Amino acid sequence: MESKVVLSMKDISKTFPGVKALSHVDFMLREGEVHALMGENGAGKSTLIKVLTGVYEFDSGEVTMSGKSIVNHSPQDAQENGISTVYQEVNLCPNLTVAENLFIGREPRRFGMIDWKTMNKKAAELLKSLNIEVEPTGMLEECSIAIQQMIAIARAVDMECKVLILDEPTSSLDDEEVKKLFGLMRRLKDKGVGIIFVTHFLEQVYEICDRITVLRNGELVGEYETESLPRVMLVAKMMGKDFDDLADIKSERTGGIDAKETLIEAKGLGHQGTIRPFDIAIHKGEVVGLAGLLGSGRSELVRTIYGADKPDCGTLKVKGQEVKIGTPLEAMKLGMAYLPEDRKKEGIIADLSVRENIIIALQAKRGMLKPMSRKEMEEAADKYIDMLQIKTASRETPIKSLSGGNQQKVIIGRWLLTNPDFLILDEPTRGIDIGTKTEIQKLVLKLADEGKSIVFISSEVEEMLRTCSTLHILRDGKKVGEITGDELKQEKIMETIAGGEESHG
Amino acid sequence: MAKTGFDIRKITGNRLFMPLVCLAAVLIVGGIFVPDFFAVSINNNVLYGYPVDIVNRASEVVILAIGMTLVTAASGGQDISVGAVMAVAAAVCCQILSGGETSVNEFANPLALAIIAALIAATLCGAFNGFLVAKLNIQPMVATLILFTAGRGIAQLVTKGQITYIRVESYKVMGGFIGKCPVPTPVFFAIAAVALAFLVLKKTALGLYIESVGINGAASRLIGLNSTMIKFLTYVICGLLAGVAGIVASSRIYSADANNIGLNLEMDAILAVALGGNALGGGKFSLMGSVIGAYTIQALTTTLYAFRVSSDRLPVYKAIVVIVIVIIQSPAFHRFMAEQKAKRAAKNQVAEGGN
Amino acid sequence: MKRTKKINSNTFLLMITIVLFAVMYIAGMIIFRENGFAKPQMFLNLFISNAGLIVIACGMTIVMITGGIDISVGSVTALVCMVMAYAMENKGMNAYVAVVIALAIGTLYGIVQGYLVAYLEIQPFIVTLAGMFFGRGMTAVVSTDMIAITNETFMAWAKCKIMMPFGSYNKNGEFQQAYIYPTVVIALVVVIVISIVLKYSKFGRKLYAIGGNAQSALMMGLDVKKTKMQAYVLDGFLAGLGGFLFCLNSCAGFVEQAKGLEMDAISAAVIGGTLLSGGVGTVIGSLFGVLIKGTITSLITTQGTLSSWWVRITLSALLCFFIVLQAVIASIKKKQAKN
Repeated sequence: MESKVVLSMKDISKTFPGVKALSHVDFMLREGEVHALMGENGAGKSTLIKVLTGVYEFDSGEVTMSGKSIVNHSPQDAQENGISTVYQEVNLCPNLTVAENLFIGREPRRFGMIDWKTMNKKAAELLKSLNIEVEPTGMLEECSIAIQQMIAIARAVDMECKVLILDEPTSSLDDEEVKKLFGLMRRLKDKGVGIIFVTHFLEQVYEICDRITVLRNGELVGEYETESLPRVMLVAKMMGKDFDDLADIKSERTGGIDAKETLIEAKGLGHQGTIRPFDIAIHKGEVVGLAGLLGSGRSELVRTIYGADKPDCGTLKVKGQEVKIGTPLEAMKLGMAYLPEDRKKEGIIADLSVRENIIIALQAKRGMLKPMSRKEMEEAADKYIDMLQIKTASRETPIKSLSGGNQQKVIIGRWLLTNPDFLILDEPTRGIDIGTKTEIQKLVLKLADEGKSIVFISSEVEEMLRTCSTLHILRDGKKVGEITGDELKQEKIMETIAGGEESHG
Repeated sequence: MAKTGFDIRKITGNRLFMPLVCLAAVLIVGGIFVPDFFAVSINNNVLYGYPVDIVNRASEVVILAIGMTLVTAASGGQDISVGAVMAVAAAVCCQILSGGETSVNEFANPLALAIIAALIAATLCGAFNGFLVAKLNIQPMVATLILFTAGRGIAQLVTKGQITYIRVESYKVMGGFIGKCPVPTPVFFAIAAVALAFLVLKKTALGLYIESVGINGAASRLIGLNSTMIKFLTYVICGLLAGVAGIVASSRIYSADANNIGLNLEMDAILAVALGGNALGGGKFSLMGSVIGAYTIQALTTTLYAFRVSSDRLPVYKAIVVIVIVIIQSPAFHRFMAEQKAKRAAKNQVAEGGN
Repeated sequence: MKRTKKINSNTFLLMITIVLFAVMYIAGMIIFRENGFAKPQMFLNLFISNAGLIVIACGMTIVMITGGIDISVGSVTALVCMVMAYAMENKGMNAYVAVVIALAIGTLYGIVQGYLVAYLEIQPFIVTLAGMFFGRGMTAVVSTDMIAITNETFMAWAKCKIMMPFGSYNKNGEFQQAYIYPTVVIALVVVIVISIVLKYSKFGRKLYAIGGNAQSALMMGLDVKKTKMQAYVLDGFLAGLGGFLFCLNSCAGFVEQAKGLEMDAISAAVIGGTLLSGGVGTVIGSLFGVLIKGTITSLITTQGTLSSWWVRITLSALLCFFIVLQAVIASIKKKQAKN
């Protein structure tokens, strides 16, 4: 039973100055299906979505909805044509109430005036029907990011749309919330809504999607039934080469830790309201993983060590010496480096060039009065562009015009340039294509071999299993366990994260 | 053909291209319509002519524009109190020199003391702004609004509501001429300020720090930059420079007129920054652009005076020119031009295809 | 518990403003009892002398909610006054026509500035800065001399007293009825209408949404450009209307008129709890901001020995207090959100 095609995009091309972002891409969405849009970073997924929602205008091609040709000049046009979108970054207004965010632009009115009572009532009903526990009269800025994401979805859902686009909505959700979201998607699907689902998580694709369209370098690779496309094949199609699998990274890096010298030792370190006092020891040449759900205190733990959030209790020893770290600069001078979780907000300095982004940490470490010479900067930049295979037009290209994966590499280069003994990598692979992911994992192991200590944070347990020799588990702002050696198994980790069993440590 | 096209783009792509075009446009209009616009002569050992007038009169704005550029880049906002701070500096300077009298013929206190005190006062004003912006995270416009409204009141408080006159020749030097030198002194102040600023930016990493903080404060903090300190520093520098400009302006009229010294100069300084092609939202900056912008504004003013436009009506023309320039620099206009270009290109392609 | 506290943080700012106004005024009544500060007429005078500013502050609040600013309003006021005076005195124009011209000038200003800000995406500060120069300059183009208004209809409006059902006794023990001028009624009607528009109209809520996060508003399908444009047009219209009210108070047009009025309006809005970053603000708050400014002025004039610059200094100190308070509340909010 072939369902009706609700949306079809034919022969879509889009050029940005100097870049061909999409060339002759076709895409077809049927009624009541969840359709995954896959591709590495820079493949053109986002551009295709933005063309569809009217953020960009396409150069050539045709978009038809239910047989009618349409052109969206703005998100408003798209909405009127029945296309709703939920973006990766929450696009709501923090200063308005939850109910307003749900209904703005289409508020219920009485005598031409907004009927707040009805609006709040309708909002409460909508939220309840979707199992979102939040007060409709509360301000949006008081909600957690996950709840905000759910509200954005609720808004899109309530718009009677025929096409719902979910652009990486799950990257800030935990498993429970993802489950809720999937429930929601299934219900919409049954109602005949066509859903375009953009994500980096393969498991989620295989759990919920009916079809997969793969893009690569702005071109269409093909459209496949999920059932008939094995994972390895999917990855291969995205990468465009025979994929030598992630398995060649061996996880034989355990044992013999005790003999090594301790680099970082924290005792009772904590920060009011974010992370309860914890102990942790990190040895030379070791990769330590921090596992836990989002909001469990993974990032907060490393932030206290690094001085990004000043610890308010406990002691910290670096190479046996007790230190007090009040600012990131002090941490850097002790040989630390910190790649933050939120690349866009805390990592890249968007308008500066790749060169400047690479050298800035070293420059800051040296101090204002000792500027690096132009030659020094260029050499440093070239070295890391080369070493990390950063794809950029030149070293003077603004970092913002690079793809996410390449931006991340620049930031890694920035820290390697400061020659740290201790690297903190907070979700270095999030939102990054699989190729770069593997590269980063390999790099982590290489750096450890060179004697650097690394803290690795990731939401993907598999990834941590491959790279880490010890895992520290966190739950609700508290360290609840430490797993090492033979115990490093997926089930064991899951159990500890979930907290079913009495933890040790 | 293709090669020349590339060269042109290289020139037009330069950050200083648009500011220079604006300056040139104003000068060309002046040159065509005002007789002897570019003529410079020496009368009584002093240089005369429109160009001299432009360079001389622009000095204060140039000095202010340096500080304004740094403040804008680091904090993404403007210091609208610089004009009022000029008045404060002038008031402090003159009050110390006069020793409390309304008009004196000789210094009551040493000149150096007065100047240092005035600069300290101005720097404190800058530090106050800096504290509000950097430490308390208040938007620059709002934070500096406080001194903008209070500044002239404070200046009047210092001079007890009087216009204090310092009728001493050596005080007039800073706004006049040094000995037999035919070039007006303010020009040297402006050159010195610009040179010093360039030296600081060249010999330290301050420029990169400011840009980094202005673009992404959170990221800058994590790579070891003290955003608060850097922002604070730019406001202190801005205050200090406003003090220098205030002393120059006061010396020109050998008095402290709290109501009129530096009046509307904050607007000129902000315009200079904008005309220099700097984004008022902060981030990357070009000091040279702002300096060119400052001279453009003065060139415009002088040209209009040459057209015998009364000072009351001057703002009309200034406003029109400003609007034209910002429209040309606006992103929407750039998009429009790019579209036109693309359309033309498409047409040409079609035509070629036909052949 | 935590939630109620947070919701009220904006209301809290407004409460402080109102309380401060009350305290200041009552203190004035007690200290300057002898000078007639306690008379009801004194209170009404606050509205009479600031009617124009109240209307202008409403317009300012609207553009500030969108995250913009309009520093041209002082010049627009001067231009409106001058054009009205010139039209009636030198051209013998009918007073009604003059009013229409005044409103048209304001609206035209709004349209041009709105277009430049919304559609050409130029920073509002720069656009209205140019507007400020232009307005002041045009006033001088119309006339550099002061023109006093003598037009009968106009003066009738200006002198038309609306008696209040209460009053006070003067030194001779005669009862004097308190009064207001029509300007006050217009100003208060504007405050009420704009309040309703902001809270209960689609347009009003869109203003808040844009100020909160323009990118999000766009993604939610709101027409950001059009709404911004409308905000500036409304602001321009109100500046024209405010200029007219101002003119009814001053009955003259001159170049230096209403200088610094834009800063008074911005201060009033900020003191009244409007955030310059946009997204937060009420016209009721701005009304109280204006009243506080008025109270300071009359306290200092009543006191008599303090020089006029103390008004500016006190107002700035107050502005400083409110700005710092906003900043502190914002940082507390941020910390709470983090936890």
